[in-house]
Amino acid sequence: MTEALVEMKNISHSFGRAGVLHDVSLTINPGSYTVLLGPSGSGKTTLLSILGGFLVPRKGSVLIRGHNCTMMPPAKRPTTTVFQDYALFPHMSVGNNVGFGLRMKGVVKSERDRLAHEALVIVGLPEAFKKKPHQLSGGQRQRVALARALVVKPAVLLLDEPLGALDLKLRRQMQDELKIIQKQVGTAFVHVTHDQEEAMALADHCVVMNQGRIEDEGTPERVYAKPATRFSATFMGESTIIPGEVTSVTSTAISVNTVFGSFPIIATAEEGAKVTLAIRPEHMRLIRDSRSITFGSAEVTAVVFQGSFKRVVAASKTLSGPTFIAKIPATHEVAVGDTVTPCCHIENLIMLTK
Amino acid sequence: MRGLMKLFSAIYALAIYGFIFLPVVVLVVFSLQSTAFPIPPFTGPSTRWYEAVMNDPRLTSALFNSLAVAIISSVVAVALGFVSAWGFARFVLPGSAVMRGLITLPLTVSYLIIGMGLLVIFNMIGLPKNLIAAGIGHVVINLPLCFAIIYSQMGDHQINIERAARDLGATEWNVLWLVTLPILWPAIFASLFLSMTFSWDEFVISFLLTRFDTTLPVEIWNLLRSGLNPKTNAVGSLVFAVSVVAAIVLELILLRRRPA
Repeated sequence: MTEALVEMKNISHSFGRAGVLHDVSLTINPGSYTVLLGPSGSGKTTLLSILGGFLVPRKGSVLIRGHNCTMMPPAKRPTTTVFQDYALFPHMSVGNNVGFGLRMKGVVKSERDRLAHEALVIVGLPEAFKKKPHQLSGGQRQRVALARALVVKPAVLLLDEPLGALDLKLRRQMQDELKIIQKQVGTAFVHVTHDQEEAMALADHCVVMNQGRIEDEGTPERVYAKPATRFSATFMGESTIIPGEVTSVTSTAISVNTVFGSFPIIATAEEGAKVTLAIRPEHMRLIRDSRSITFGSAEVTAVVFQGSFKRVVAASKTLSGPTFIAKIPATHEVAVGDTVTPCCHIENLIMLTK
Repeated sequence: MRGLMKLFSAIYALAIYGFIFLPVVVLVVFSLQSTAFPIPPFTGPSTRWYEAVMNDPRLTSALFNSLAVAIISSVVAVALGFVSAWGFARFVLPGSAVMRGLITLPLTVSYLIIGMGLLVIFNMIGLPKNLIAAGIGHVVINLPLCFAIIYSQMGDHQINIERAARDLGATEWNVLWLVTLPILWPAIFASLFLSMTFSWDEFVISFLLTRFDTTLPVEIWNLLRSGLNPKTNAVGSLVFAVSVVAAIVLELILLRRRPA
């Protein structure tokens, strides 16, 4: 394991009386692509601002390459930020925008023009060198902002909802390019977003935030397959949520009692604990086979055809039963008002204790 | 019917512009009178009254006094207005809204009241009536305007642009010099020109706060006390011409900015 590039330790922050971050700790490894994922108000942008030096946290410390940077202003930090509104200098050419950071470091004009040009080649926009920002499209401005932040070779590049202002198609395209550029330059990226698809596509390390706390973090594959909390199971992709209670505990398995009966699960928990069972939509089925466990019957309330699959929402007919969400093959005939039997394989039940 | 409507609109427009500009036109036309009275019939054109103005040392020195007061007081007002706008936009200050209200309040107070107040204060502290006193008065009336214009241009986007500059290693001085001032340049220029035209035309405060050396509007008033004379028309036309030039320059700057 290489030494951590950034360590944020026990960060707490508040605006006035409202607590925004509660004892958050985060480690960022060199060369990694970290995505902070959360709804608005989850504290993800505040955490990024603290890392960038725009905010000094009430409590906690920020270490970059082992140096304590908690009180260090942005100008002195080895971080640069790509702002959501790009914040390009409107009165300067693209070349001078990109070269600005080098100019502040005292790099001579010819050298910084050369480096700025190189950075623009990396983001695929060398022809814009002499243009003004207002002559560029949104996606192009985004690339210029990226080049401007990369050219000074920061230890960490911070991206504050960088794709938020772009339309969907451009967003997906820029998202692929961001990943390629990150691997090419090898700089650690920290990216804030509320778009879970963006997070899954980009992250090496995905950090799910909610209400000023980190709910879950790990590879996106792990966070998706084994979410740590109920929030993470519903925010990072959808899930059907069935509450339950642990009724018996053996050395290898536990039994969880729900409105649909008891299910044996290989996990450890204390007897009497309140737990949640989550099922990902691709594991939820409407046709049972020999290995299925079933969840009563349900009435289909919505069917959305999405090309390769159909997304089906069904309301349980059992008292205080959940809303089932299933992705089923597009060839499966099902209509609103049909009665179905939701089921899944026992190994696809995800048990959440939080 | 449509033709009639068009005719009425044309007449209405003519009446409006006539109402605004007829006095000025009359002033300018009779400044070119060749005889001693600025009343019909028109006897010109002749430049003899302009020559008379140029040969009158009191008027020419007043003209330079006016220019000096206008330029210096406007530069000071813009500088102070910019600094206060910067402060209000960048820092969280206690009672910020009230303070901003107070700083723009002089815009609504009559020049006479401001002039009298300054006269009382200058008397108390022993500052004699002179051009400096009048210049201070002009800063008092123009600072709120400069503040309001410049502050209106310092939005969130501007703040983010400055943050970006700082993030890339710029010192506060570099942020100000390389980013903030160039971006706010049109607003700063506009407030400078507006301040200069207001100071240039201003009479009440200059009248109350100057004695021997005075500004052009006060000198014109002195001239008017001895009756109407084409010379007053000529000097009035000159004042008007300078204001027009300033207004045109201002328009050009603001229009040029729009496509960006």
